Formats: sequence, structure tokens, C-alpha cells
Amino acid sequence: MTIEINNLHKQFGKNQVLKGVDLTIEEGKIYAILGPNGSGKTTLIKSVLGMVIPDKGEISVLGASIKKNWKYRKKIDYLPQIANFPPNIKVKELISMIKDLRNSPSEEEALIDLFGLEPFLNKKLSTLSGGTKQKVNIVLTFMFDSPLIILDEPTTGLDPKALIRLKELIQKEKANGKTILITSHIMQFVEEMADEILYLLEGEIYFKGSIEKLLQQTEQTNFEHAIAAITTGSHV
Amino acid sequence: MFSLLPHRKHALWLILLLLGQSLWAKTWNICNTCENSSIKETIALAKAHDTLLVQKGTYLEYEILVDKPLVIKGIDYPIIDGEEKGEIFRVQSDNVSLDGLFIINVGVSYTKDNAAIRVVQSKNFRIQNMVLEQLFFGIYLEKSSHGKVYHNRIIGEAVDEYNSGNGIQLWYSSDVEVSKNHVQGTRDGIYLEFSDRITITDNVSMDNLRYGLHFMFSNNDVYANNTFENNGAGVAVMFSKFITMKNNTFKKNWGTAAYGMLLKEINDAKIIGNTFEENTIGINIEGSNRINYTNNDFIGNGWAIRVVGACYTNSFKGNNFLYNSFDISYNSKLNDNVFEGNFWSSYTGYDLDKDGVGDVPYRPVKLFSYVVNRTPETIVLLRSLFMDIIDFSERVSPVFTPDNLKDAQPLMKIRS
Amino acid sequence: MFKILKYSFYDLIRSRWSYVYFLFYLALGFVLLFLNNDVSKAVITLMNVIIVLIPLIGTIFGVMYYYNSREFTELLLAQPIKRSSIFMGQYFGVAGSLTLSLVLGLGIPFVLYGLLRSNAIFDFSLLLVTGAFLTFIFVGLSFVIAISNENKIKGFGYAVLLWLFLAVVYDGLFLMSLIVFEEYPLDTFSLVATMLNPIDLSRILILLKLDISALLGYTGAIFKQFFGTNLGFFISLVILLLWTVLPILGLRYKAMKKDF
Repeated sequence: MTIEINNLHKQFGKNQVLKGVDLTIEEGKIYAILGPNGSGKTTLIKSVLGMVIPDKGEISVLGASIKKNWKYRKKIDYLPQIANFPPNIKVKELISMIKDLRNSPSEEEALIDLFGLEPFLNKKLSTLSGGTKQKVNIVLTFMFDSPLIILDEPTTGLDPKALIRLKELIQKEKANGKTILITSHIMQFVEEMADEILYLLEGEIYFKGSIEKLLQQTEQTNFEHAIAAITTGSHV
Repeated sequence: MFSLLPHRKHALWLILLLLGQSLWAKTWNICNTCENSSIKETIALAKAHDTLLVQKGTYLEYEILVDKPLVIKGIDYPIIDGEEKGEIFRVQSDNVSLDGLFIINVGVSYTKDNAAIRVVQSKNFRIQNMVLEQLFFGIYLEKSSHGKVYHNRIIGEAVDEYNSGNGIQLWYSSDVEVSKNHVQGTRDGIYLEFSDRITITDNVSMDNLRYGLHFMFSNNDVYANNTFENNGAGVAVMFSKFITMKNNTFKKNWGTAAYGMLLKEINDAKIIGNTFEENTIGINIEGSNRINYTNNDFIGNGWAIRVVGACYTNSFKGNNFLYNSFDISYNSKLNDNVFEGNFWSSYTGYDLDKDGVGDVPYRPVKLFSYVVNRTPETIVLLRSLFMDIIDFSERVSPVFTPDNLKDAQPLMKIRS
Repeated sequence: MFKILKYSFYDLIRSRWSYVYFLFYLALGFVLLFLNNDVSKAVITLMNVIIVLIPLIGTIFGVMYYYNSREFTELLLAQPIKRSSIFMGQYFGVAGSLTLSLVLGLGIPFVLYGLLRSNAIFDFSLLLVTGAFLTFIFVGLSFVIAISNENKIKGFGYAVLLWLFLAVVYDGLFLMSLIVFEEYPLDTFSLVATMLNPIDLSRILILLKLDISALLGYTGAIFKQFFGTNLGFFISLVILLLWTVLPILGLRYKAMKKDF
């Protein structure tokens, strides 16, 4: 088991975001975390990363509790939603800086090549477009070899070519036996990539299972419609 | 040869003097192993105008009365030890000269002002090169005149005012010259009461318990080129007229009631070319009129000048006011004194016509100084932004400070 | 922590604002010394600058840096780095680079002027040390404010208000309470009130050197003991150090609790 979450609660002010999430993430699969806006997707991910501190509940990653622990993050590659980097440094410097901070072996060259980032290596990050920044973001995430990969809206701003490259990259990592968590609003992307769907609603895991199971349960043929129907279906 | 001519007359006198001495005057040698081993007894034996040479050694004597014109001269600083029994020398004759003695252990008394050397109703005395230590009063001149107190060193160890005496005291004396003395660790370094036409020059008076120099009811005196440093309350000049104070230095007199100089009921004085440096108050002026303050330097004092009570027709010209916390402090709204052509380090005006004089007047009184006068604890807010803003607004449109209290011709450059 | 510090520091050292800040002090130093030619006056003017401007710049810089690097902070938070190290690193990076600008900006003209030979060296180093303290204190306070307020505008507003309060309003209230209660013994109160404001405290520390003659004019025994001996100097330094440590502890505490 890669991640185990028990009875996770989190409240922001009066807003109860997570209301007792129980979840087990198994090794070697791609999970898509879905849910309407404000359903707690990002909070869940950030709780796993230790960026959000839960009010109640237990999280363990790769067998160890994450409470007051930071070393486990060495085992996680995380792609944040909005990549905003220090404006005054160059792409090259950012890459070597993250390498320096993580202090683990990395393979950034192939990735730079893959996304055609060479011309930008000596540019300051503040001069890059959103898409290019996202490419840098992807390079920073995939250049390490960690058993768990978490991607928060990885497709933002990417051109079709880069999107294809990203998908290939994810598949490759899956083939290497890694566990991958993705949040995305692009249903087509999710359908293509995910083995398991986690649907969050009002702070709870509303649905967990494969796409087939989802289609069955909602009696839909189209994945996108199934997702849209998932909530209404339950209320019937 | 011609150049020697004018001296011929002097030479003649000198020869006559030497002859006279050898004819009438005798020189007595005093030492521990000599025929004359006591100063007191030798004085009794000696005749007027004789010379007593006191050789090196220690003499346990006190209440030595000099009642005839004598020269008493120490060779290699013989020690006269009074063993704290009372007064040591008492001069009661004209034309006495004391020179080069080391006097210690004057008796402290609560009823008598015992002095190391007391001169009573005498003229033409000369006290020089003396060293006085462990004393009560040092040199006490009483109703004496036309003498000279020169190049003495008076070192006291005063701790409390009630059982310590003054270094050099003049009482009802006149026409005396006090110069090149060094006085420290006494109650008042130099004290004058009812003494006129005294000249005090080139003395150093420091670390005294109360005042470095203290004047009372003494007129037409001059003091110049003296240094007064770290005295309990600085220098006090009170109830006197026609005093001239020139080129003195007043330094580091710190404390609640410490002044470089305290002027009280002083009229018609001249205060020229003095330096007041790092005193809590440079000059504290109380009820003093018609005084000219010219070319003085006020550097780094808490208050350069503090005016208390009615002071009229004083003039402050050509002084330098440098980095004082407060330049001038007033306690009234009226001003009858003139400030003109001084240099103020905190002046921020400009000089467009390049005549060396600022085009806008300088107002040396800060509103804050009134606040501090009223509530002294507010001093901790000195130089705070809030006070600066308040001071600035007061400077732009004076409400509390006298409107005419300003230097209309502030100098742009420091007077050197 | 030192890696973060290093990166924040380099990032800031290369930012335009660090240069502006550095050049401002450089210009100030040169103007004061070479147009005026008077070290003592320069020291007094500098004191005013230091106790007013340094807190303001420290505050604004701190808040700006915190908000501008928020996303980057999130990037770092996902890395295997201790949380407190990230914030401490950023804090010391900002405060350190500001202090460096201050020390170099003022130091260069003074050294060129020949300060090392003049006797104002002590007053001047005291100014720089106080300036460094104030930079650390106000960057710390602004970080605490920024970390407690998600809203950038709000955080910015609170930080500037805090500066305004400590630099001006506090002294106004202080003065008023002294005048209102003038019949009571106030020396302990006034000393304590001074200690409670880092700007006042720094001012007193400098006054101990610049205006000691005036400070000794007051009668109170506690004042006398405080200002008349080295006691005041050491107490002020210790409390200033405390003022530096407090925001850092606050920042650590907030950083441990905060969700991103």
C-alpha cells in the first residue's frame, strides 16, 4: 500500500472541507481524483504532502506516518497547480536548485529535450509564458525517480504536442511500477489515463473504483456524462 | 652693546638687591639632621627678609605661624606632615613667599576651616609650586591682597560635602592672581566670596564634588583659559557684576543639577570665546542682564543654553551651536534677548544670495523643550519622529514659543 | 535551511529592489559626508533615517517577498525539506540581504571618507548594528503578518499600519500618557514603554551615545541608573535581541500550523 488515509478531517474556518476520508492507494496504479470545485481534491493532496495539517485522522505514506515527518517527501514527486517560480532566476538555475535541495539523482536532460526547453534554459523565469512554465514544472516533477507521483492539473496551458508527451511520460512511469495521483478537469485526459477514479463530494469519498464500475453504476456509456450524473444518480 | 643699554638699570637693581641680601638677610638651612630641624623654631629665630631652605625630608609639624616677611623654600619637595592635628601654615605678614613644599594631612574639623595654608590680612604674598594632599581646605586667603597663587597642585579626596573643604578659597580678598594651578577632588575647586579684581587664569579644576569654580558677591574679576571638567555641578557665578569670562573650557559636567556654568543674578558680564562641551546644561541663566555672549562654542550639550526667570538685554552673537540636544530652552513666552549671526548645526535653511547668511531665520527653541520642562520624563522621546513632526509644525507657525525668539541672520558656515 | 537561505539571498541580491535600496544608502552616505563634510551631523541625520526608514523598508520588503514567493514556497513545501527551514531560510535571506545593502550602502562612503580614522567609528557602528536589528525585527514582524493573512492587500495594510503605529502613533500616545499622569513618578513607566517598542528602544540605544548629556538631566533614580551606567546600554541590547527573537518564534509557530 502506497498511501493509507484514515478518518481524515479538515476544516478551514467554518468550511468543513474533509469530513472523515478513508482511502487506500495501491501501488502501481494511476488514480484520478475528481470532484466538483471545492470538494477537497487539492486539500486531500496537500494533506498527503504535509502542506495542509489535518484536524483529525491519520495519513501514512509508504508505511510511515507523516506526522512531524518530512523525509517521506523524498519519495514523492509533486506537480503543483500553479507554477510560480522565483522571478529572478534562470530555468537552468531553478533546475539545479531543486536538484540541490532534493539531493537525489535526476534525469532532467532527456525531459528538457522531450519538451524542447533548451532555448529557454538561460532565460529568467519571469519572461516565460504560462505553457513554458508548466513544461518547466513538469520537468522538475519527473526528473526524479520516486515511487509516488502526484500531479495537480498537469495539463494546464500545454499545447497538444506537449500534452501527448506528458501522457507518454505518465504511461512510462506507470510501466515502471509507480503510483500516480492526478487531478484534472479534462475528462478525456482522465479517461485515457486513469485506472481508478476517486470521486470526492462534500468532503467524503463518494465513489472509488474503475471507469467500468463507474459507467455501470451510473448507467451511462459516456465517461463525461457518467461523471456529471454521478451525484444526481445517487440522489435518485 | 646698544641693545644692552636699557637693561643697565635693571642690572644695577639686581646688584643692589644681592648686596642687600648679603648684608642684611640670612639663609637658614633646615633638615632632619641639621642644627635647625624644625621649621617652626627656625622661623622664630629668623629675622625679617631671611630665607629658609627646607631640605628634603619629612617634618611632622602643624600650626606653623609665619609672622614676618620670609621666603620659605623647599628643596626637592620636603614633606610637611600635619598628622591631621590642625592647620599647617598660617601667614600673617606681608611679603611672605612659600615655595616648593609638599603638605599632607590637614586636620578635618567641623568647627574650624583648617587649611593647608592660610593667609590672613597680608599683602604681597606668593604661594607657588606647592603640592597639597590629604587636605581639608587647601589655600585659604582671608582679607589679603596683591598676592599670587601660582602653579600649585591640590589633590583632595573629598567624598561628602559636609566634611570636605575648598581647594583655593578667597574671602574678602582683592587684587590676587590665581594661575596655573591644578585643583581636583575638593569640595569647590576655587571659591571666591566678596573678592574683587581677582584674575584667574590657566587653571585646571576637575573632579570636584560641587563646583569647579564658585563666585559669590565678587565683582570686576576675570577668569580666562581655565578648564573645568567633570565637576559635580560645574561652575557657579552668582550675585556678581562686571565679570569677564574668556576662553575657558567647560566639559563633561553631567547630572541633574550640573551645568557648564550657572549664572545667577549676574549683570554686565562678558562671556567670550569659551567652549562648552558635553555638559547636561551648557549655561543656565537666571536673572542675569546685559551680558554679551560672543564667539563661544556649544558642542554636544544636552541644553546649550537654558534661560530660567527674567533675563533682559542679553546678546548672543557669533556663537557656534553644534549638535546640542536642545540649543535654547526658555520658560517664558517673552523674549528681550538678541540672537544674531550664530551658527546652528540644525539649521536647514538656504542662502540664495550667497552672502554667507541664511535667508530664513532660525528658531532655536523647540516646542519639545517646553514639554520636557513640564514633564521631564518625556526626555525619552527625544529625536522621535513624533516629536520632530510637532517641532516642525511649531517652527512653521509658533504658538508656544516666543515669536521674536529667532536668529534672523544664521550663519551658513561654522565660525572657525 | 542554509540552502533555502542561500537561494532566497541570491534571488534578492539580484533583484532590482535590492539595488535600489543599496544605491539609496550609497547616495545618502555620499551626500551626507561629501556635501556636508561633517561626520557628527551625518550621524545624527542617519539616526533619523535609520529609526524611521529601516522599519518601513523592512516591513514592505518582508510582506512583498512573502506574498511574491508564495507559490514558490508551495513548491518547496512539497520537497523533502523541513517546514521551519523553508521559512527561516526565506526570513534570513530577506533580512540578510537588506542588512547587507544597508551595511555596504552606508559603509562604503564612510570608509572612503576616512571614518576608520575618525573617532565617530563607534557611533557609526552602533548605528549600523541598530539598523541591522531593526531590519531583522521588522522583516520578522512583516513575515508574521503576511503568514497570518492570506489576503495580500490586507496583509500589506496591516504591516504598514504596524509601522505607522510603532513609528509615530505609539510615541504620541506615550507622550500624552506622560503628560496626563505627570504628577506620578513616571520613570519606570517611561522606560518600560520605551522597551515595548523596538523603534523607541533603538532610538534610546543611539541616544545613549548621542545625547547622553541631556538624558542625564533628569532627577529620577531609575533614570540615573539606567542612563548613567552601562546598564542601560546592555539592557537595551538584550531587549532588542529579544525583540528579534520573538517574531522568529512567532513565525516558526505560525509556519508549523499553517495550511497551504
